[in-house]
Amino acid sequence: MKTMLTVISNALCRITGKNVGAQTVPELLIDLSEYVNLTSPAAHASAQAQRQPPKPPPVSTRSSAASQLARAQLDQLDGPGARVAVTRNFADFTPQVTFDIKKCDLHRLEAGPPVKAELTREQGLQYYRTMQMVRRVELKADQLYKQKIIRGFCHLYDGQEACAAGIEAAISPSDHLITAYRAHGYTYTRGVSIRQILAELTGRKGGVAKGKGGSMHMYAPHFYGGNGIVGAQVPLGAGIALACQYRGNNQVCVTLYGDGAANQGQLFETFNMAALWKLPCVFICENNKYGMGTAVERAAASTDYYKRGDFIPGLRVDGMDVLSVREATRFAADHCRAGKGPIVMELQTYRYHGHSMSDPGVSYRTREEIQEVRSKSDPISLLRERMLSNNMASAEEFKEMDVEIRKEVDDAAQFATSDPEPPLEDLCNHVFSNNPPLDVRGTHPWSKLKSVS
Amino acid sequence: GKAVVGLASRKHQRTSGPVEVTVRDALNQAMDEELERDERVFLMGEEVAQYDGAYKVSRGLWKKYGDKRIIDTPISEMGFAGIAVGAAMAGLRPICEFMTFNFSMQAIDQVINSAAKTYYMSAGLQPVPIVFRGPNGASAGVAAQHSQCFAAWYAHCPGLKVVSPWNSEDAKGLLKSAIRDDNPVVFLENELMYGVPFEMSEDSQSKDFTIPIGKAKIERQGNHVTLVSHSRFVGHCLDAAAVLAKEGIECEVINLRTIRPMDVESIETSVMKTNHLVTVEGGWPQFGVGAEICARVMEGSAFNFLDAPVTRVTGVDIPMPYAKILEDHSLPQVKDIIFSVKKTLNV
Repeated sequence: MKTMLTVISNALCRITGKNVGAQTVPELLIDLSEYVNLTSPAAHASAQAQRQPPKPPPVSTRSSAASQLARAQLDQLDGPGARVAVTRNFADFTPQVTFDIKKCDLHRLEAGPPVKAELTREQGLQYYRTMQMVRRVELKADQLYKQKIIRGFCHLYDGQEACAAGIEAAISPSDHLITAYRAHGYTYTRGVSIRQILAELTGRKGGVAKGKGGSMHMYAPHFYGGNGIVGAQVPLGAGIALACQYRGNNQVCVTLYGDGAANQGQLFETFNMAALWKLPCVFICENNKYGMGTAVERAAASTDYYKRGDFIPGLRVDGMDVLSVREATRFAADHCRAGKGPIVMELQTYRYHGHSMSDPGVSYRTREEIQEVRSKSDPISLLRERMLSNNMASAEEFKEMDVEIRKEVDDAAQFATSDPEPPLEDLCNHVFSNNPPLDVRGTHPWSKLKSVS
Repeated sequence: GKAVVGLASRKHQRTSGPVEVTVRDALNQAMDEELERDERVFLMGEEVAQYDGAYKVSRGLWKKYGDKRIIDTPISEMGFAGIAVGAAMAGLRPICEFMTFNFSMQAIDQVINSAAKTYYMSAGLQPVPIVFRGPNGASAGVAAQHSQCFAAWYAHCPGLKVVSPWNSEDAKGLLKSAIRDDNPVVFLENELMYGVPFEMSEDSQSKDFTIPIGKAKIERQGNHVTLVSHSRFVGHCLDAAAVLAKEGIECEVINLRTIRPMDVESIETSVMKTNHLVTVEGGWPQFGVGAEICARVMEGSAFNFLDAPVTRVTGVDIPMPYAKILEDHSLPQVKDIIFSVKKTLNV
């Protein structure tokens, strides 16, 4: 099995010239299938649920091909795709299950979030869809970056999907959220379409910021980016919370930062003021164990990030479990809404990619560590396994969703690579809001450019 | 009429002609009126509430508006400037006071990267309607760390408006405009001007009196030389002009009022009339306001009207010393302006 994976991996490296060390087996095979025609072997265990008379699939059975190959049935690659019509009645599925979730470590709190979480089938499929979408978008961004279609900074979020999905599940669209530069996942969960995200990454006029912001500067109603300066978003988030308190609208602001930013002085200034004024701010530290290339033990005298708020209560949460994240966020938001002041949450999570696209991510950690997290704690797999083993959905449903999501992402990427760049006339616009047009000096005195709001 | 809280030096002559108002009181009036007009406006900074303001500029406002609208902060410039910017992003209209602009350096990342650039980076999705205000430049005897002029630093950055009032009308009208502006405005006051009274016209006493940002004012007409200045040194220019007038030299004195966007057109129009230009500022010479004026005039239509190169009168290129005699010689004096005018005119 291992030899086969090595063979495939090496083949793929030679064919594509890409370093595929960070990918899972199914992902390897999906990439390989773009170069080699794979057809589905006779599938009995992984039957496609088909609600219509079966049609010959074009290259549609990649997912099932992946799982089949993983079971060493490589020699059955020839032959037409098996078409098995099996229908599952949705009434067969369990509509709701209560799961046990890990107890959170508490700081200055008598009680924490519940240790059980209810999940309905609909919620589960929705969380799965969200996380898988984020995963596929990030992998697509990886591809586009390697093709030099995306430039500059690109900080990918794959591995951390449960954080974005779980937080969004616990708050409402009228709440507010701000994060740092690893922001694509939150941009999506806060309502920006993947077309607009990818087109912003490729710097086109159809991007959410018309191509003027890039990876780290995407915005949406009640989503304040996307911030490039490490730690600067934390006082901003407290300010947004101040506005909520000022208006008395019962909204909260979720303010995210990383384990690296946790050592910034402005955070402690902000903790002080937030606690003093009881601002409805949920401070969330996404601890993915590395601040760029520096492991937490090498950067922080105390790695108990949930305690770093000192006089602010805190909880430490399993950030790979979307249900834990949801329950903890709900608990934290309720705490703020009750007027008890701010709260700090530490989400223990992990990023598969390096710090950014210019970091292979293996000089300061081992491939084994990455592989271990992937195989044991992948947030998407965790949710899928939970739902499958409790008969909340079928494997076919997940595969279908995967296919749908891949198509959506491919379509969005198609848009993002074909949409035109912003027109030069837009160069100087948006300097000031609600302002009469003004002249802007160009690169030399004869270049007089115009700026409109 | 309404009693205005905390304006002890002001005579109650609202309806009959001009009135003498100090710059401090003019700023206070501006904030009071804007706080009353728009409930989204609030003031935050060190000592602005219960202390009535480190320089008493916000006197009486906390008593009138309370804790919600007038907020005392801990000594955490980076933190509270960021909080103010965040509040502006969420739709409020904060006035963020720096006790002096020297302390704004602690927070300059929030002013530039979070406030100034955001509207552009978001392609218009996220405006930041905030005012950063406080005393700027030299005071008296406060030495090097408390005397720097930040006009050039902030005016360098696109996305910011930078305003520098001189007299009481400037202070009131420009601060009201700054608060009503939907963009980040750096409002540079001057501590030595706070206590100086000026006559304020009847118009300027109206609650809707504003002065447009980006427009300079001709404080004095003249034909022989143009003097351009901002803030406290406008007064020095007018004093120099009075002395020079006795010798038959008529100076046109321009009060910039706004550093960015700079009203270069007014300067050019004047230079096309007088053919001579002298800039006067308190800041250091290198990369300063005067340097920018020189470059702009050279690049524009007025260059061909110059009979002599532009002269810059600036602060001395050193950190500000403490001893009075040294401090006095670190900043432009009236005699320096007179000397420079005569050199420029070659008389």
